[in-house]
Amino acid sequence: MSKRIGMEIALAAAEVAALCRPDVIAAYPITPNTHIPEHLAEIVAEGHLDCEYLPVESEHSALSACAGASAVGARVFTATSSQGLLYMGEIVPIIPAMRLPIVMALGNRALSGPINIWNDHSDVMAVRDMGWICLFAANGQETIDMIVQAFKIGEDHRVMLPVLVNLDGFQLTHVVESMIMPDQEEVDKFLPPRKPYATVHPDNVVSMGTLGLPEIYTEAKKAEDEALINSKKVILEVWKEWEKTFGRKYEPIESYKTKDADVIMLTVGSMYETAAIAVDQLHKEGFKAGLLNMKLFRPFPADELKAAVKGARVLIVTDRAVMCGGAQAPVCAEVKSVLYDEPVRPAIVNEIIGLGGRDVRVDDFIKMFKKAATADKVKPERAYEIYGVRSS
Amino acid sequence: MKKVFSRPKSLKENFIYHYCPGCGHSIAHRLVAEVIDELGIRGITIGVPPAGCAVLAYYYIDVDMIEAQHGRGPALATGIKRVLPDRIVFSYQGDGDLAAIGTAESLHAANRGENITVFFINNAVYGMTGGQMAPTTILGQKTTTSAPGRDITLDGYPIKMSEILCLLPGVKYVERCAVNSPANIVKTKKAIKKAFQYQIDGVGFSMIEILSQCPTNWKMSSIDSCKWIDEVMVKEYPLGVLKDVTAPEKKKGK
Repeated sequence: MSKRIGMEIALAAAEVAALCRPDVIAAYPITPNTHIPEHLAEIVAEGHLDCEYLPVESEHSALSACAGASAVGARVFTATSSQGLLYMGEIVPIIPAMRLPIVMALGNRALSGPINIWNDHSDVMAVRDMGWICLFAANGQETIDMIVQAFKIGEDHRVMLPVLVNLDGFQLTHVVESMIMPDQEEVDKFLPPRKPYATVHPDNVVSMGTLGLPEIYTEAKKAEDEALINSKKVILEVWKEWEKTFGRKYEPIESYKTKDADVIMLTVGSMYETAAIAVDQLHKEGFKAGLLNMKLFRPFPADELKAAVKGARVLIVTDRAVMCGGAQAPVCAEVKSVLYDEPVRPAIVNEIIGLGGRDVRVDDFIKMFKKAATADKVKPERAYEIYGVRSS
Repeated sequence: MKKVFSRPKSLKENFIYHYCPGCGHSIAHRLVAEVIDELGIRGITIGVPPAGCAVLAYYYIDVDMIEAQHGRGPALATGIKRVLPDRIVFSYQGDGDLAAIGTAESLHAANRGENITVFFINNAVYGMTGGQMAPTTILGQKTTTSAPGRDITLDGYPIKMSEILCLLPGVKYVERCAVNSPANIVKTKKAIKKAFQYQIDGVGFSMIEILSQCPTNWKMSSIDSCKWIDEVMVKEYPLGVLKDVTAPEKKKGK
């Protein structure tokens, strides 16, 4: 039976990953995800989990080892952050192209430089187009739930894609929260052992990770894109089943007080909970604020987004990364592109917040809401604002 | 009164080391700074700090510093030295940096015989991330990722980077030292000085491996961690000159 626990979220992520019975874990420590693989190493060493734990010499080797293990049929888990993800970079697009359902917990951390170990989303945004399913947890409970869901989604033969479970570094990884942890029996029932689609066997020789000449590369990419788009159906199925089994609801875009809302804000990740407090306070003042949280980023939930912003006069899109030299920050760029064809759409304001661990407080969200309230009449000077940046 | 001890000029003023009590890094930093002063190369020295505990070495050592990404020190130093061959370029790396994620860079800078100096701090553990097993971890040593003790069937053997590098003709001088006792500290300083002198003289690639105590992650007192180097670590990693191409060859039979 599920049990309520109080635990650091990184440790809970490790505990639940162990309940998923991975066959192989390969990782290299990097702040702030370190406690996840480290605790898994303990669980394996204590004999609670029958698993090959590979403390390889770099992230580059970690993801390569994961690829090898997954290709021959193992259930594989890994975790990293920031530069670690970039050092995996060469292998990151190979995993979905080979249709390997590896699950990775990404303790989101700013990219260097300057060197910064704190939280933003510049790491995941650097790999967002490489073919992984991308989930964002807003708290510890979602981290636990999404890790189990991720295996079920990724290993489904209609999907066969890797899944990134994003949890904000420090804001989530290092925070102790009250969470409900499923037990082994419940996880086993929800998540049966992996049935690999293709494995190596002398009687049925296969080639994996092969050359794609110009004659086939285009088709391979089209197939990969389709696979990712089609995964949404399975994601929604798995979330429905999760809700039925565990009573916790998941949807691509969660909404809070958006009914009749005048100004709506979109967040991704753990900022959602702070912004919700701001929304409550604004309601007391008679300001009709609403809030959306994007839990599913890849495949991009375009239809859900269109439905969620209906009726709003202004939409504030928060981003946690700078798209240097780009037209917009990454999340907003896609939001605008999705809403462009809508006959009626809200005015859109793009706020880049919380870079490299900069605190964003309730007051900040209130300021953003109030400032954006006139955006439909007075067009903002710039396509995006880096919120709270100091200047001399 | 006669002043008998003071801060080397190549160490910055008014700082407090961020290192844990009993750590060997601060001793190694000071030795590097003292040698830079003594050789009069402060104005022409460029340092390359690593990722790891010594990531903030530029807070302490008062020479130009260019930070490398994790493991990339010798490659970055190569770029600096090739453009500015009259400068003295050193990289300062831990065992996670040099012997794990940066093994390829270490080997290939050495194999090219780059005229740079590498300081390799070996504390047999990943320090900054909190004490996980490193490739240099001793057999049987308990770390957070080798809880029952390092086991060869799972984790392989302690990697001896200094001995490996000695096989490369491009490598001119390698010595393994320690900073766990006054006598060893004096020897370490001599080795650092010789390595810098070789670079000044254009001899080629040199590396000084420094066995360094890590009481925090070894979960020992400072005194016990100094003893552990003598009693355990030195058996795996014997101290002394491992290669010195300029040393007069010993006559056979003597």
